[in-house]
Formats: sequence, C-alpha cells, structure tokens
Amino acid sequence: MSPSIWQRDNAEAVVTEARRMLSGPLPQAARRQFLRRGLTLGGLALLSGCRIDDSATAEAALQRVSRFNDTVQGWLFDASRLAPTYPDSMITRPFPFNAFYGESEVPQVDADTYRLEVTGLVADKRRWRLDELRALPQHTQVTRHICVEGWSAIGKWGGPRFRDFLQAVGADLGARYVGFQCADNYYTSIDMATALHPQTLLALDWDGQPLPPRYGFPMKLRMPTKLGYKNPKHITALFVSNTFNRGYWEDQGYNWFGGS
Amino acid sequence: MPVHTTHPNRRPSSHQPLWLRVTHWLNAAAVLVMVTSGWRIYNASPIFGDFTFPAGITLGGWLGGALQWHFAGMWLLVLNGLAYLLLSLLTGRWARRMFPVSPRGVLRDAWLAITARLSHADTGHYNQVQRAAYLFAVADLVLLVASGLVIWKSVQFPLLRDLLGGYDLARIIHFCTMAALVGFTILHLVMAMLVPRSLLAMLLGRPTLQTTTSRENTP
Repeated sequence: MSPSIWQRDNAEAVVTEARRMLSGPLPQAARRQFLRRGLTLGGLALLSGCRIDDSATAEAALQRVSRFNDTVQGWLFDASRLAPTYPDSMITRPFPFNAFYGESEVPQVDADTYRLEVTGLVADKRRWRLDELRALPQHTQVTRHICVEGWSAIGKWGGPRFRDFLQAVGADLGARYVGFQCADNYYTSIDMATALHPQTLLALDWDGQPLPPRYGFPMKLRMPTKLGYKNPKHITALFVSNTFNRGYWEDQGYNWFGGS
Repeated sequence: MPVHTTHPNRRPSSHQPLWLRVTHWLNAAAVLVMVTSGWRIYNASPIFGDFTFPAGITLGGWLGGALQWHFAGMWLLVLNGLAYLLLSLLTGRWARRMFPVSPRGVLRDAWLAITARLSHADTGHYNQVQRAAYLFAVADLVLLVASGLVIWKSVQFPLLRDLLGGYDLARIIHFCTMAALVGFTILHLVMAMLVPRSLLAMLLGRPTLQTTTSRENTP
C-alpha cells in the first residue's frame, strides 16, 4: 500500500492531492478490482440497453447514485436521534474480531510512545498522549455494532466524546469532514454532523478495560450511528477539512456515508 | 374542411391505461434489481444457517457492487410505487377494480378457478382471487420497504424499528417479505402464461393483437 496522505505534515499538499484524486477516475487498483469482480449475468441482461461489455459505464452510474445517496443521508441524519442502548447482560461474548486482514496481523501500538496527530482546521495542532485523552470526561455506551455484511454484535465502549475532543483542540465545527489515518494503514472520513453526535466516542476502553489490540488499541472511533467499516481502529492521526476524502472500503465501492 | 371525428377513440373499460402499464413494468424491473442484488447482500451474512443463493443468479458481483445496485434500485422501486399508489387512488381505479373483496368471495372464485369455470373473458375485471393477490403484493411491498428502512436507517426511524422488533428481526421480516414477493411473482408469471390475453393487456393496453379500427368504434 502506498504511503497515505495523512502521514504528511503539509496541509496544502494534502488538499492538492485530495483535489487531484477527486478530479480523476478511481485509482487504478480499485478500478481493476471492480472490473475483475465484474457484473454477473443478471446484471448484464439488465443492461442490454447499454454496452454490456462496458461495466465501467454501470460502475460510474452507480457511483454517482451512491454519492447522491450520501447527500440524501446527510439530510436524513438527525443529531438528536440516539442509537438504542442495551443492558450489560446483552453484550456479545466473545465480541467478534473483524478487519480487512487476519487477527495475526493486528498492529501492536506502543502506549508510551503513542501520540495522536491532529491537523487541518484546528486551532491547537499539538499531539495528544493517551493519558491526556483519558483526562477528558469519559463516557460509556453499550450499543450495537452493525456490519455492512448484515451481522451485528453488542459491545461496551468507553472514552471521551469526540465532540468534547474536537472542542478541546479548537476544531472548526462548521467544517464538513473529519478524516482518520490508522496504524493498520486503514483510512476513512466522516461527516461533521456524525462527528458531533453525542454517542460518537473516541473509544479507549472495551468492557471497562483498555481496548485490546484486536478491537483497536489504543483508540478507535466508535459511532453507533455508522456501519462497522466507518469505525476506524488504531487511530494515529485525524484531520478536519472541507475537502471530501474517501476511505479504504469506500474507494472500493462501499457507500461513503455508510450509516444510520 | 374535415371536421374531427365526434367519436372519440374511447378505450373500453377492459383496457389497461398507459400509466398502469408503465408503473407495472418499471416495478417489474425494480423488483428484479432489488431481489437479485438483495440475494448477494444476504449471502454476505446468511440468516438461515448455511442457506445462500447461488452467486450466478445474483447481481453486483460482490457485496459492495450489490449494495450499490440495491441502493440505486430502491429509488425506482419507491418512487414508482408511490406514483402507482397515488394514481390508483386518484383515478378511483382501486375502488373500481380491487374492491369489493371478501374471504367468501375469494374462496368462491378460487373454487371456480380450480374447477375451470372462472371466466377470464374480460381482462379488465379482476376476480376476487386476483384482487386478493394484487392487494397482498402491494401490502407485502410496503412491508418490504418498511423493513428495508429499518435495516438501512435503524437510528433514524425509531418508531418503525420498534414496530418491526429491532434490527435483527427487521432482517428476518425483510427476507420473508422478499420470499413472499418472489412467490407471488412466480404465481403471477404462471397465470400470465395461462391467460396470455392478460399479458397482452398489460403490454399493449388491450387484450388482442388487433388494433382497434374506426369501424369497430362506429355504432
């Protein structure tokens, strides 16, 4: 995987790169992957009005509808609506491990040297240590994690509200997006409305204990209003911006908004 | 100077109006997209043990592609469905064609059908088995869309979510209403093949291949 744009310090370069990515077609690898997966016979039959050998045409059209759906979902989103919460007795045990790699490849982050990088439209760009994050007011939630595949599991997460953190760093709360970069090279971005949702946590704990590595040590973003793939683990950097950024799975076709 | 005919080409009541035919076939396309892409989505996390749908009859190629088809097709399904419901009510078509319908009437017409005595002469007249089946299909589609909304936006539709028993139960309802719709469609296709005139009516708006001539319209 190529070095991510999040690992650079220069904000201007990040914006320039984002603009370049937006203006062009999908990255070659993602495009090839989509073509290789291709359309099934049923899909081809439905497209008899189009060039049936050109799945890129269908891909582009579907991608446009998906972006339109992001907009509609932004309208539907109501920050005052809370995801259901559950009693501790309903926590799923063992809580499933899920990632785009195997459990043996889970990154091991050193708690002592860990620093959270905060860039973009924020007043205070200093790096955060874990104990500083723990010094913020902590909240606990028992909520349902819903995977894009359809399965779901109930877990208990604790940590500061993301809203409190964004206020602490003097983030521009009127900005449109927050992007994340992770120790496992995962990356994603979310809308500001969801970032400010009262149930959106910078989760440091799972079930009263520090997050185990398989659940995202030292910190994951926990949003019960979003599907699992929008909840990045092992976050090392975050970035507030008005420039649209994609994500690891989003680049391959999953819906960007990806949530409730 | 020729005067326009005073006999407007009024279509007899047995004919299917254009709006009905358009919404019917758009619905057929939407259902095909939704069901085949939905099977692919189901396969990513089967509800019923090892039961999965063969990949060859699914749409989308992989989960992400299937989701894109599903969430594009939903617009056609819902907007077209709303147009159908609105026009059916406004034109009074539902009141005329779909009612009355009663359990007794359905049983009577079902018996007549089984004993091959049910008339299909007038494709514009729905017998009570048909009425019940079409009303069932509409109600099933409404529940299908409602359960889909709960799965898609379980936080944004709390009342609907609670009515359908939460996220996991909504998935089961979504699957069962899909199965019911597929069952209806199969029966519907068989009946259309057994009574080809009804298929012509739905394609051409009239139950014969012959075009209506002015001679036929002249008293």
